[in-house]
Amino acid sequence: MAESRDADINAQRLYAEFVKGIWKENPVFVMVLGMCPMMAVTNSAINAIAMGVSTAFVLIGSSLLVSLLRNLIPREVRISTYIIIIATFVTVVDFTLQAMVPAIHKELGAFISLIVVNCLILGRQEAFASRHPTRLALADAAGMALGFAFALLCLGATREILGSGSLFGRSLFGEHYEPWVIMILPPGGFIMLGLILLFFNWMRQRKTMRPAIAAEEVRR
Amino acid sequence: MNSNLLWIFISACLVNNFTLYYFLGLCPFFGVSGRLKTAFRLGLATIFVMVITSLCASFLNAFILPYAPYLKLISFIVVIASTVQFVEMVIRKLSPALFRALGIFLPLITTNCAILYLALTQTSKELSVVQGLVYAVGAGSGFTIALVLMAGLREEAELSSIPAVIKGTALNMIIAGLLSMAFMGFAGLFSAA
Amino acid sequence: MNQVNLTISAGQKEPGSFRLVFTLALAGMLSGLALAGAYQITKPIIDANKAEALRRGVFEVVPGSRRFTPVELVDGQEKVTAYATYDADGAFLGYALEGRSVGFADTIWLLWGYEPQRRRVTGMKVLDSRETPGLGDKIKKEKYPPFAGQFADLALEPMIIVVKDGREGNNEIDAITGATISSKAVAKAINDAAAKWLAHLPATPPPPDSAESQGSGGADEGERAGEGG
Repeated sequence: MAESRDADINAQRLYAEFVKGIWKENPVFVMVLGMCPMMAVTNSAINAIAMGVSTAFVLIGSSLLVSLLRNLIPREVRISTYIIIIATFVTVVDFTLQAMVPAIHKELGAFISLIVVNCLILGRQEAFASRHPTRLALADAAGMALGFAFALLCLGATREILGSGSLFGRSLFGEHYEPWVIMILPPGGFIMLGLILLFFNWMRQRKTMRPAIAAEEVRR
Repeated sequence: MNSNLLWIFISACLVNNFTLYYFLGLCPFFGVSGRLKTAFRLGLATIFVMVITSLCASFLNAFILPYAPYLKLISFIVVIASTVQFVEMVIRKLSPALFRALGIFLPLITTNCAILYLALTQTSKELSVVQGLVYAVGAGSGFTIALVLMAGLREEAELSSIPAVIKGTALNMIIAGLLSMAFMGFAGLFSAA
Repeated sequence: MNQVNLTISAGQKEPGSFRLVFTLALAGMLSGLALAGAYQITKPIIDANKAEALRRGVFEVVPGSRRFTPVELVDGQEKVTAYATYDADGAFLGYALEGRSVGFADTIWLLWGYEPQRRRVTGMKVLDSRETPGLGDKIKKEKYPPFAGQFADLALEPMIIVVKDGREGNNEIDAITGATISSKAVAKAINDAAAKWLAHLPATPPPPDSAESQGSGGADEGERAGEGG
């Protein structure tokens, strides 16, 4: 368990930990974590954002707490403690949403509570927050949360545009647009995410093939 | 009452399949290797955990939660984690081979969204103890059916030649999408018409 | 990935099992405190939101109403709350009742208004539904297509009938194209509720002078204004 000392943390390190969660190690597109709530709430862009913000709050809050207490929590009961911490944050978010935006809360329903079993959050506590000082843990959590929200928004916006002909509730194509309804139904969620993953795979394949292609061209 | 129970079962199992309609239990759904036997046994273990969870949730709802509704989520999670721990111990004793085959997926049942969702909706729909049990068995069966179908399809897929770029999760997502579309055929099974 | 390891190793030398139990108990207690606090803060707001949503629903299904009084209807073991509505001057307008039935995807919950004098439905509002977006979902729409608007002055005897080619009788409603099942479910919800609860409505409506009827009606039980008959 290599612990980085506070003296070694400079702005560059912080930035690196933050940025990795957005693209290179994006929790959804690359690590394929946190699927469950993802697809049910991405049938519209606003739901996706609400879920992204809620998850961010829980992830950042619990990472902060876990990192602060990392030397006090005994190893044997660490998972249970993490779960208690996460569940507390999730319940608070649930109440807050219900009080402030009841319409969105009704749309998201039980999926807000399901944030607690989002493998992403527990995974980050176990893999990172419990082993690194607070500032790094915060950067990591913020980056992952942003990456997650970004992925949610991509999926949600695409599904809403194709499936409802609107974005954020505002109709884009007029009343007589015949929407591609399957996109906001469950199969659409699966297929859309599959296509996005396919795109990412293709991009990665091209990146690894590029040196080989360049070598070919040089030989010719 | 009977047709009500039948509706609850069929609805949870087929019409509103927990995995293919509500996107629950996806971690094991995509994670369990394409081996039919393991998938089926994991499904059975999940059904068992769901039934126990449903019973405990009914108990909690009736006696404890009316006094402290804000403890709902935490108490459900604790129940699920404890049940999974218990099932782990039982399986390790009764069948070490199965225990090894399931590997990491046994403790991961705890993070299976489907079980927690079951407890939460059982509460919000205010189902009775019997209705809750039927709901749990239906939901678990639906999950198992989806899991087994997926495992079978992936076994087939592995034997075919597939371009490398789509292999892996991308292909599994699309297969799941097609499965989900097929299950949409069950909608309207019990309706007013 | 992560291993959910919940076993408390009592046999290990350090840390002792007391420390483990203490940590968990402390975490649980702090969590409970935080949650109780959050609950206390948000509950009033949440209750106010629910009451507001109910008010809006009731006033929508009985047009012209400004106040309401909850009325509890009892049928054997089952209880249900109806809402007696009044206009701004306190004149009785009608009742708002709940209804539910199984639609295409899941249960549909709705609120509907009823005028006992003319025995007509005065309005319908879908509270909760999971119908197919773009198809069955249109039961929530008023103008395009004009589905919910059909309930503005609807006879319900002997029962509401769903037709497909245009209304003729005044107890008929036009189904939504491509959403026959959802449309029929809405009609069934009202028919069922009417058959079951209309007989239990009080012979004379309660007076609008209780605290709840000041336009900020609560969602809890109101006075029992008369059962049976």
